[in-house]
Amino acid sequence: MEEKVIKKPNSMYDEFTRKGGAAPKATHYCPGCGHGIIHKLIAEAIDELDIQKRSVVISPVGCAVFAYYYFDCGNLQVAHGRAPAVGTGLSRAEGNAVVISYQGDGDLASIGLNETIQTANRGEKMAVIFVNNTLYGMTGGQMAPTTLIGEKTVTCPTGRDPRFAGYPLHICELLNTLEGPVFIERVSVSDISHIRKARKAIRKALEIQRDGKGYAFVEVLAPCPTNLKQNAEQSAKFVNEEMEKEFPLGNFRDLTNEREPLPHLISDYSKESIDNLYKIDSSASPDAVEDPEFTPVLTKIAGFGGQGVLSMGLILARAGCHAKRFTSWYPSYGPEQRGGTSNCSVVISGEAIGSPVVYESDILISMNLPSLEKFASDVKKGGLILYDSTVGNFEAPTDVRAINVPATQIAKEGGSEKAANTVMLGVLMHLGVTRLSMENYVAAIEETFKEKEKLISFNQNMLKAGAKWAMENL
Amino acid sequence: MKEQKAEPYPLINVLECKGCGRCIAACPKNVLIMSEELNRRGYHYAQYKGEGCTGCANCYYTCPEPLAIEVHIPIKKRC
Repeated sequence: MEEKVIKKPNSMYDEFTRKGGAAPKATHYCPGCGHGIIHKLIAEAIDELDIQKRSVVISPVGCAVFAYYYFDCGNLQVAHGRAPAVGTGLSRAEGNAVVISYQGDGDLASIGLNETIQTANRGEKMAVIFVNNTLYGMTGGQMAPTTLIGEKTVTCPTGRDPRFAGYPLHICELLNTLEGPVFIERVSVSDISHIRKARKAIRKALEIQRDGKGYAFVEVLAPCPTNLKQNAEQSAKFVNEEMEKEFPLGNFRDLTNEREPLPHLISDYSKESIDNLYKIDSSASPDAVEDPEFTPVLTKIAGFGGQGVLSMGLILARAGCHAKRFTSWYPSYGPEQRGGTSNCSVVISGEAIGSPVVYESDILISMNLPSLEKFASDVKKGGLILYDSTVGNFEAPTDVRAINVPATQIAKEGGSEKAANTVMLGVLMHLGVTRLSMENYVAAIEETFKEKEKLISFNQNMLKAGAKWAMENL
Repeated sequence: MKEQKAEPYPLINVLECKGCGRCIAACPKNVLIMSEELNRRGYHYAQYKGEGCTGCANCYYTCPEPLAIEVHIPIKKRC
């Protein structure tokens, strides 16, 4: 006999392989948790609206941090409270995406409240599913902005006292003061009749996204039986009787029929358009060519801010681009414009680069003692260290070649000690360890200083001065 | 021969059930009960009494585990 089966929506996985472990078909949520119920409602709406291929669910920080284990659609996991910011970027960069921001009350109503208000006010195209269980669940049930007056949590063991901890924050009411949102509703998943209403609201929020109309917000009152030490019946009763008193259910706004779809932005990620955007001469960044023979060269360059450490890395990276290698440049620096330490990682490779971060380097160029002490032990055996003579004497780790280069002095004699970085590159070039040609370096300098023409020939001379020193002394 | 009358029924995946009891509270016909035994993961689990299901799917919707319950409803063919 034919039958109809009501079961897991298609937009959820058949098995949660990302979760893995001994129970790959069960969620990581506690027994009786509201999250699994809400996940199903979202996935069901995705199925019904036929938007699985367009949907991107943003997992928050909180119990739902692993929501991407379950949704069979696009997924992102973002920093605490930052879902609206990331969602904004996503919905603007991918105009056709249906952005579903899934957040808890600790995430949305506390650390992420500013982003939430700004995003709602701008009326960004996203559906926000705000799960309110009156506490921080993942961390063990601490007081949240939404904790009820008198409600006991581990950080207010005698109950929330408004004289010290203020009052529960009503997010729907707060957002309803803004012009931006299209749809605002508060629902509950306490019991079956509430779940069926919640299902409609969530579907509506996603329908607004399907049609590209703007910001839709659904607050879902959800049980947290574990942290509140309740069983199924007590948790339903708590939501229905205690939470609903503070957070009345209902629709606050529905402008679906009044609002027109927002402009649908189509982004062009072609190389031409990006080069154009950044005013890059396409000849300066030719497409890299696959060459598995050319094993990655990992370089770390470090020193004080202002010593030209980052620009040295940039010139090296540009030389790599010029040689049609896959190249990355990854800076790391403190807040100081001058005087703080900074470093950058440069990877030059014959194949696509997985990570731009260099932990163990083939080459270390160090312009000061603190950086040398910090990074010298990370140089691989057989690797190379170039350090400036101003550092003084330094004992290299075993099986590493360390060269004391009077780069600052050579640059000073040449006209400006600021060019010590280019002198270093000259030495590096002469040693041949980067497997890049002089032509590559010269072209990189030209590209780097194209706005300050006078500096091109000066730096090219300093590059050669460095190479000359290496030839005569090494 | 008279065909056996087909009724809807819930299919409970014993291993995925965490025994929260939400489905038992949600069932309008009280045809679900909690097991005496534990499943392999150490939870009591929901069980179908074997008859009386109307296929309302309350148990499916209230269950926090997406893969723990499905509700099968026979489609009656028109004669």
